[in-house]
Amino acid sequence: MKIIVGVSLVPDSTTKVKIGADKKSIDEAGVSYILNPYDEFAVEEALQLKEKNGGEVIAISYGTDKAKEAIKKAFQMGAEKGVLIKSATADFDTYTAAKNLADYIKGQSPDLVLFGKTSIDFDGLSVPAMVAEMIEYPCINVVVKLDINGNEITAEREIEGGKEIVVSNLPAVIGTQKGINNPRYPNLKSIMASKSKPVEEVTPTYNGNKYEVTEMKLPPAKSAGKIFTNGAADVPELVKLLREEAKVI
Amino acid sequence: MSNRILAFVESKDGKFKNSAFEVVSEAKKISGELGCEFEVLTIGSGIDAEAENLGSYGASKVLVVDLNDLNSKSKFPGTQYSHSAFAKVVAETASQKGANIILISGTGLGKEIAPRVAIKTDSAFCQDCVALHIDGGNIIATKPVYAGKSMIDMKFNGDKILITLRPNVFKPVKSGDAKAAIEKVDVGSLNLTDKDFSSAVKEVVVSSEKLDVAEADIIVSGGRGLRGPENFHLVETLAGVLGAATGASRAVVDAGWRGHGEQVGQTGKTVSPSLYIAVGISGAIQHLAGMSSSKTIVAINKDKDAPIFQIADYGMVGDAFEIVPALTDEFKKVLGS
Repeated sequence: MKIIVGVSLVPDSTTKVKIGADKKSIDEAGVSYILNPYDEFAVEEALQLKEKNGGEVIAISYGTDKAKEAIKKAFQMGAEKGVLIKSATADFDTYTAAKNLADYIKGQSPDLVLFGKTSIDFDGLSVPAMVAEMIEYPCINVVVKLDINGNEITAEREIEGGKEIVVSNLPAVIGTQKGINNPRYPNLKSIMASKSKPVEEVTPTYNGNKYEVTEMKLPPAKSAGKIFTNGAADVPELVKLLREEAKVI
Repeated sequence: MSNRILAFVESKDGKFKNSAFEVVSEAKKISGELGCEFEVLTIGSGIDAEAENLGSYGASKVLVVDLNDLNSKSKFPGTQYSHSAFAKVVAETASQKGANIILISGTGLGKEIAPRVAIKTDSAFCQDCVALHIDGGNIIATKPVYAGKSMIDMKFNGDKILITLRPNVFKPVKSGDAKAAIEKVDVGSLNLTDKDFSSAVKEVVVSSEKLDVAEADIIVSGGRGLRGPENFHLVETLAGVLGAATGASRAVVDAGWRGHGEQVGQTGKTVSPSLYIAVGISGAIQHLAGMSSSKTIVAINKDKDAPIFQIADYGMVGDAFEIVPALTDEFKKVLGS
């Protein structure tokens, strides 16, 4: 089974965002980067499928040199090959990323393409479906359970207040959601082995942008709230304010 | 070229979600500012009478695709619906109607089909928009990034644009009692092929009768301060009185106290209810990111220095085990329940 896993490097979820000097992106000083948490589930699912069915796991990323860190994390977990579609700048949109990933993936004819359901920075919930459309594969996103039997797929995906049972066929694109598995921690052996795995660099096929960021700003600051310190004795006053001042009850 | 807007709205069991009224109202507003026509599209069964009522939000015409007719084209037996087929319906209708601006309600379903429609129609795309305005004839969309820790304004290249609107953010505006005209769309005219049914939903499993945090107007969330899963009944009872959804912090989900479906925050759900009550949640930055756009925030925590108090509109410093039952009783009293 040939499995391609898309991985991306994102600011750690605890990052405090500061606006950069260009007012269009974040100030990267002091920001630590991690493998997108949802991509960890995708890598783990790919490795489990390879362990069961044989084949290979190829981690790919679209981004600047820095994105190699995401591929290296996938190597540490057990991916065999890594490919960076190398962008000269970090200034690209979702379409650009999807287009470059799709153009590479199409040439590989994989059985399965896995992504995290979304990346936690731009949170577009888009790349898996966009890539799937471009390479004309079916797509199931936000998947919490995946069963593959021959070329038949049955997946559970999380929706508001429940789950959908979705059927499809291989080859396909799957977007993974928390709950599908527990990503493994790299062990010393796999960390050592990962050091000798090269990252192949590929030239982007598309350099356009479908949109431009005209401004990045912080959400409006909140004014100080009313703080009560007398415990349950303050409850009637709080409820009164919620009804009469905030008008939310 | 002149503009034309198509608004796709979600219906479920013959009813529209509130997000549908929000999207129709926004389409009406933007079409007015751009001086262009707009039409509404929906897919459903037995939805016609409800669809006529979208006229009171400014829709003059609603295009209705019959869900059963659509499903009859599926290659998978027993299809309830198919995201890929829905995407084809939206893209094909936009193309037939000459619509270059597509607005979609950013429900779970809307967000699922929108990226597919963006590719099929070759549109510039903004997922999860929270504000739209027109600047010099151009649409500018505002989108939260980094889980709401910052916002970007986006200007689109080209004249084909697709935007999903985050539910609960845009205001539904009733403009009268007019009935919208219904135009039935012949499914045979949509050029569907087997590829358009490349995946299909066979079954929908409703996990509980409880409200989902993503849709709720009021959320009561619990964190580590509740000490153990056995104490979550405090949160559930309060939520029950308020007709609220229950939420949870990442710490308690990771500890296995609650399911991931309830997690609010950067790796859970981003929510914008009118009231968010945080019980025993200290306010890690990734939790604050997911709920800070709530209209009114109440924090209950015994640590007066907890970060949650920095964004709370009302804070109760004290023991949740004492305050939450008192709050439940007081709400029961004033709400007469």
